[in-house]
Amino acid sequence: MKLKEIATILNAEIVCGHSKLDREVNAVFASDLMSDVLTIDSEKLLLLTGLVNIQTIRTSEMSDIKNIVLVRNKKASPEMIALAEENRIVIMQCSYSMYKSCGLLFQNGLNPVY
Amino acid sequence: MQFEYSIEAGNFTKAGDASSSFKKILKQLNVDPQIIKRIVVSLYEGEVNIVAHANGGKVICEVDPSRVYIQLIDKGPGIPDIPKAMQAGYSTASAKVREMGFGAGMGLQNIKNNADELIINSEVGVGTKLEIIVNLPHS
Repeated sequence: MKLKEIATILNAEIVCGHSKLDREVNAVFASDLMSDVLTIDSEKLLLLTGLVNIQTIRTSEMSDIKNIVLVRNKKASPEMIALAEENRIVIMQCSYSMYKSCGLLFQNGLNPVY
Repeated sequence: MQFEYSIEAGNFTKAGDASSSFKKILKQLNVDPQIIKRIVVSLYEGEVNIVAHANGGKVICEVDPSRVYIQLIDKGPGIPDIPKAMQAGYSTASAKVREMGFGAGMGLQNIKNNADELIINSEVGVGTKLEIIVNLPHS
């Protein structure tokens, strides 16, 4: 599924990476725990998280995660956006809860990592 | 080739700077992306540990054609019980560390899973030294 379709499903705002919305996503991992995210080995992954700090982006950089949706109406800081742009990471923000976001994406055919 | 980075205690804004810098070097050296990921995830876990738990420290990364050898050396307080620290879920992390998304007691185990070799030496009151080895395939 393309990022732009995910944005539509989640009614999400694109924070950065507007030119990369044709990027394909194969699977989704949802967590507020970066320790968990660091154990995931999956390509073309979308991370759903409500954790909003610079380490969310650093963890994604190290894990080669290029696509992030911030749930629960959380907002990315300017530092997060700058680091995401440097690493060609797309950030989207949505007002839905983690549960609703996961449910909608699953319903639309996106697979979990495991 | 050897690269050295200083790690500041408690500064989560900078946590990951060393790992990020070393990742860029590994990319320039055309190391396989899957191996880069194993190296930098290990390094980042160790770097976050120094920021979260230690009184600062340093990272020394060495690259040669056959392997990447990383030393993470901190200034204490040291790990009293290394087997316990290796247990999944065991953590002494502060609330601040947990707020940053870490401190779940998974870091050392994740380093072990990603590295070809992990050696931990620690002395209470002195410091901890992690040695991480990731082998590079012949090209």
